[in-house]
Amino acid sequence: MTTPVVPVTAGTPVDDLPTGGPVLGRISYRIPVIYAVLAAVSLLGLAGTLFRRDGVWGQSTEFQSRYGDQWFTIPNFSVPSLLSIIVLTVLMAGAAVYAYVLTAARRTVPVWLHIVVGLSFVVAFLTWAGAGKTSVIPVTSLLAGALALSVPLIFGAMSGVVCERSGIINIAIEGQLLFGAFAAAVVASLATQPYLGLVAAPIAGALVGALLAWFAVRYHVNQIIIGVVLNTLVLGLTSFFFSTLLADNRETWNARQPLGIIEIPLLSQIPIVGPVLFRQTILVYLMYATVIILQVMLFRSRWGLRTRAVGEHPKAADTVGIHVNKRRVWNSILGGAIAGLGGAFFTIGSGLAFGREMSAGNGFIALAAMILGRWNPTGALVAALLFGFSKNLGNVLGTIGSPMPSQILAMLPYVITIFAVAGLVGRVRAPAAEGVPYTK
Amino acid sequence: MKLELRGITKVFGSLVANDHIDLIVEPGEIHALLGENGAGKSTLMNVLYGLYDPDDGQILLDDEPVTFPGPGDAVRAGIGMVHQHFMLVPVFTVAESVALGYEPAGPAGILDLASARRKVQEISERFGFDVDPDALIEDLPVGVQQRVEIIKALSRDAQILILDEPTAVLTPQETDELIKIMGELKAAGTSIVFITHKLREVRAVADRITVIRRGKVVGEASPESTETELASLMVGRSVNLSVEKSPAEVRDHGLVVSDLTVLNGSTPVVDRVTFEVNGGEILAIAGVQGNGQTELAEVILGIEEAAAGSVSLDGEELLGRTVRQRLRSGLGFVPEDRSTDGVVASFSIAENLVLDLYSTDEFSRGVSLNLDRIAQNAEARTKEFDVRLTHIDDPISTLSGGNAQKVVLAREMSRPLRLLVASQPTRGLDVGSIEFVHKRIVAERDQGTPVIIVSTELDEVLALADRVAVMYRGRIVGIIDAAEAGADGINRDALGLMMAGVPLEDAVQQAAGHRSVLASADAAAEGKDLT
Amino acid sequence: MSDSSTPGHAATSPRTGSSVLRQIVGGDVVISFLAVVIALAIGGVLIAFADEQVATTVSYVFARPSDFLAASWEAVSEAYKALFRGAVFDYEADTLNRKVRPLTESMTFAIPLILAGLGIAVGFRAGLFNIGAQGQIIVGGILAAYVGFAFDLPPVVHLLLCILGGALGGAFWGFIPGILKARTGANEVIVTIMLNWIAVSLIAYVLTLGRFNASGTGLRSPQIDSSAAYPPLIPDALFPGNTFRLHWGFVVAILATIFVWWLLDRSTIGFEIRAAGANPHAARTAGMSVGRITVLTMVIAGALAGLAATSQVLVGGGSLTAGVAATYGFDAITVALLGRSRPLGTFLAGLLFGAFQAGGTLMQSVTPTPIDIVFVVQSVIVLLIAAPPLVRAIFRLPDPDAPPRASRAATKEAAA
Repeated sequence: MTTPVVPVTAGTPVDDLPTGGPVLGRISYRIPVIYAVLAAVSLLGLAGTLFRRDGVWGQSTEFQSRYGDQWFTIPNFSVPSLLSIIVLTVLMAGAAVYAYVLTAARRTVPVWLHIVVGLSFVVAFLTWAGAGKTSVIPVTSLLAGALALSVPLIFGAMSGVVCERSGIINIAIEGQLLFGAFAAAVVASLATQPYLGLVAAPIAGALVGALLAWFAVRYHVNQIIIGVVLNTLVLGLTSFFFSTLLADNRETWNARQPLGIIEIPLLSQIPIVGPVLFRQTILVYLMYATVIILQVMLFRSRWGLRTRAVGEHPKAADTVGIHVNKRRVWNSILGGAIAGLGGAFFTIGSGLAFGREMSAGNGFIALAAMILGRWNPTGALVAALLFGFSKNLGNVLGTIGSPMPSQILAMLPYVITIFAVAGLVGRVRAPAAEGVPYTK
Repeated sequence: MKLELRGITKVFGSLVANDHIDLIVEPGEIHALLGENGAGKSTLMNVLYGLYDPDDGQILLDDEPVTFPGPGDAVRAGIGMVHQHFMLVPVFTVAESVALGYEPAGPAGILDLASARRKVQEISERFGFDVDPDALIEDLPVGVQQRVEIIKALSRDAQILILDEPTAVLTPQETDELIKIMGELKAAGTSIVFITHKLREVRAVADRITVIRRGKVVGEASPESTETELASLMVGRSVNLSVEKSPAEVRDHGLVVSDLTVLNGSTPVVDRVTFEVNGGEILAIAGVQGNGQTELAEVILGIEEAAAGSVSLDGEELLGRTVRQRLRSGLGFVPEDRSTDGVVASFSIAENLVLDLYSTDEFSRGVSLNLDRIAQNAEARTKEFDVRLTHIDDPISTLSGGNAQKVVLAREMSRPLRLLVASQPTRGLDVGSIEFVHKRIVAERDQGTPVIIVSTELDEVLALADRVAVMYRGRIVGIIDAAEAGADGINRDALGLMMAGVPLEDAVQQAAGHRSVLASADAAAEGKDLT
Repeated sequence: MSDSSTPGHAATSPRTGSSVLRQIVGGDVVISFLAVVIALAIGGVLIAFADEQVATTVSYVFARPSDFLAASWEAVSEAYKALFRGAVFDYEADTLNRKVRPLTESMTFAIPLILAGLGIAVGFRAGLFNIGAQGQIIVGGILAAYVGFAFDLPPVVHLLLCILGGALGGAFWGFIPGILKARTGANEVIVTIMLNWIAVSLIAYVLTLGRFNASGTGLRSPQIDSSAAYPPLIPDALFPGNTFRLHWGFVVAILATIFVWWLLDRSTIGFEIRAAGANPHAARTAGMSVGRITVLTMVIAGALAGLAATSQVLVGGGSLTAGVAATYGFDAITVALLGRSRPLGTFLAGLLFGAFQAGGTLMQSVTPTPIDIVFVVQSVIVLLIAAPPLVRAIFRLPDPDAPPRASRAATKEAAA
């Protein structure tokens, strides 16, 4: 008992048997190339098209940050359009060179450089869109709209994280959002109390999650298939009731019941981001809480450890007494509830009545955000915000008028998502046991 | 703690996996459960561990009947199990792995990882394990992963420890260490159930041996029994443990591999490997699982990309050619993992028999499959390789592992070959199938084909190989020629040392002066045989 | 997988004696039929629930339950009668042509469902979840319509070129996710969904461009030439003076079904598609290029979806609108699922859903029940068919596969 076992490694293990230097892998220059492409687009597409205009050097772009009532506001400010774009282009080109140097030396490109390049491109694009226009670029409302478009996506992506980390593929996020929106509107309308809608929405989403889990766990039906079918089912059900009950008696069944805006003192006074983040309905604050709690719980709690074990190696979890299928069912229900809550944003969260196909594909985009965020709550949050931002960018530019047709602008978020999925993320590592039914 | 199993029966459909098995394990005893692959050992232990419900029978701990609805209940009763395939989550740290299921946690279920780390360190120090609680499981060598499994069991105060084929993934030296650990646990009063099909180990460590065949206990044996006695008890007939083969008639053409390197990210998994295999000889690549053998085989096939080096067959460079070109030009490839890489489970036996030849002129006309030819081929091949089946159009998943492996071999060996690469050709097979597979491989060699066998089973390596190359961390540590090794054959201990990375000459020297636990047991037993 | 330890089990054939009966009772056909019955029953409950007449009778259901039952029966039977009349045979119509017209309508609605469903089925067999039929139909439609109105060609040639254009357009839209998956590993579910949205914007944009926007509204392309339209399928000789919409696109659907059957079950390409779908590792080890198969499969799937577009655009007086794909791309997923990714199954499922579509249209116009109920019924059918044990449990049917399946599972588990 007392003598420790001495590892038997008598003799020296080989370290230098073969001759010649070690062979090193090929270097992937993907990141510097992407930077360079962005710089080139900025130079040719943005600066280049402006350059042909007459009197372009005198043109400027005006930005606006005022949004509602605030104690103090930053006045509108304008920048010389072409010069700004050129400066930003140089910045991006410099980043591309720096990234190339780092990559060639087999070092990783830091995250802050991604942020710098991304921001530069966005600002350059905005400057270009507003060049020489009388209309201003409304920065704060651009951000506010982006957040609003992101809220259901974020809830949806969190739902995906909770389900998929335990090994259940949740394609039914779309249906959960839609059912949540429906339940929130109907219950709030019947009770003439929006906060009751807030209770109904997660229950409705959980119901869809429970169906998903029931078919997946009990009958081992392919989870993608159930998800797709559940989406159709919810779409059919809600549309059916929309055109019958809800249409027959709008005032009782589908009256608007907006949640009130709750303003956080002090925080909401921060310039630019204050009103965006802290002048919101309770639903948005619940969204912040959900992301933070999930991030902590997933990696630091007993629940998270077990959830991840069940999603990665269910048999190992089983051998230490964790009930794999029970965990999956509960996670699926919890995930459904989270997405259902997100659905409430479409109706009571935005002060709207329920409408047919209201979720409009947000569930699938949430799924993409979750994958882009590599199944991490914060990663998914960033991806969803990126998507919401690009979508709202299209909207805003469409209204202030931009050199690009509105239909092309509308493609923007989807194109960005494809680029992100194919270019930046590539082969991601999903939870190992995802989609595989567990049987002993 | 005393463990008793009474009349345990477990039936799957029409298969009786355990048929009224009785077993008594005394406190502080190492009890070996010996049996072939598929004999029902693992099923029995899964019943004991609460993973399966027995259809009949009783489990008694210290003469008290108990039932285990789930593994959690078995663990609470003091039973620990180290599974053959480790039950560790690759992306978890050691501390997380040990804590899982029994997590120390504070309010809101937030983990107390510090206390989990302490526990790992404490047990690790007690037994001299040298395990870092913060290391990721997937970064650890298998030997260390196994220690994590043992720590896991001990951290839950296991008094009966089940080790399921624990030596399958270890070098002989690591096996020695494990045997020492088992001795210490025994001294501390832990009972150990040691499941294996390896006869030498049983004789070295067991206090008592129970032999299982086809789900039934066929007898008890003492550790003093000879290997031949144990083998015939295990298989049910007398077995010839060695493969009959004539000396190699080497021809000069063959495979030349030089400076071959495969990278995983930027770390080499095959590192500047150089060797030759000539026609008419079998080169065995030995080594512990995960030292680059898999990648070496796959780069020869072409599904793994080489970063540098060359692979030439009869003077033609293979690198740069597609997998299909290599297969069609006479490479036969038996993959390591039959169910993942060797067959398509939902395809019929006939389809699996043409899985890599379906588009040849023999089995297709243009882009149309020639179903008649495919069926004829299936009839002929299954007859030749003695595949037991109902119908060639049944899915291959209806076949037993041995028969499915015969299908793979039949497919890969039924055309004129210029090179045969077979990875773990007999993994999971019963003795009868092993004999058959070995005979076919030797026959292929005798036709003058260069043959590479990748195997982690030293017995198989020693039985088949004309030369043995040992791999360690992506490199070839040395190549031993069986013919030059003399009458005693290749020294097991030397191979074992090489599998731990000791260069050839040092290994041979050390092996001469040092005897492993197993080798000593061998010698002791041989002494008895003589008297 | 285990070895040798299952003496004899392989020798017992599952298809002997009474097991034949069990196969029929518990097998696919009966399960499918019962799934339709349950789904219609659920739909009936919903119809009654949403009916105003029923709602008023509920208030005094305990006083006069017969009123409630009568009202419910009235609502449900009226809706389903209309569904039947719209889908199969209109017994209330006065002429023979009008009586059989619903069946031809069902077949007409079935054409895009069958074609796009086949595309999705091919993807499923290769292990690809192609959710992108919607976008593939749209892009196929753009090309087919362009060839249809922009060129002046002799009749048959023009039609064939248009069909080819549709197939190419869809194939191109399928190629994108295929190549991205093969080259970068991009998840095809995400990419195809994104491409659906991009296609929606694309068609809106295209309709504002030059020759597409001859009307200046940006809503509708010029009409296609009559030489580019599918001729009516039912000859006047058979039903004199008929105005059936059913056209030769249905023949295209039949030919496509046969082609997909040949492709999957009889060709070397299908062998690769099925192998890559069932076990990509084994396929790669056997020398197949899984990336190439992925691209090829997506191209074929896209082409089939593109053909679905031709049945919408290439009709007499047809033109391109933003709604060219309706919801066919999504309905096709359920069609393929219901057809279990088999060509014949998909064909039959397409016919069934075409019938629901045709019937639902009439039901919506003559009863208070909206066509949305059809989506509910369709998805319940697919859910139930995916879980045969559930249907068997509801009707307490025997499990035809029980004995062989159990022993097969045992073979696997014994080795564990």
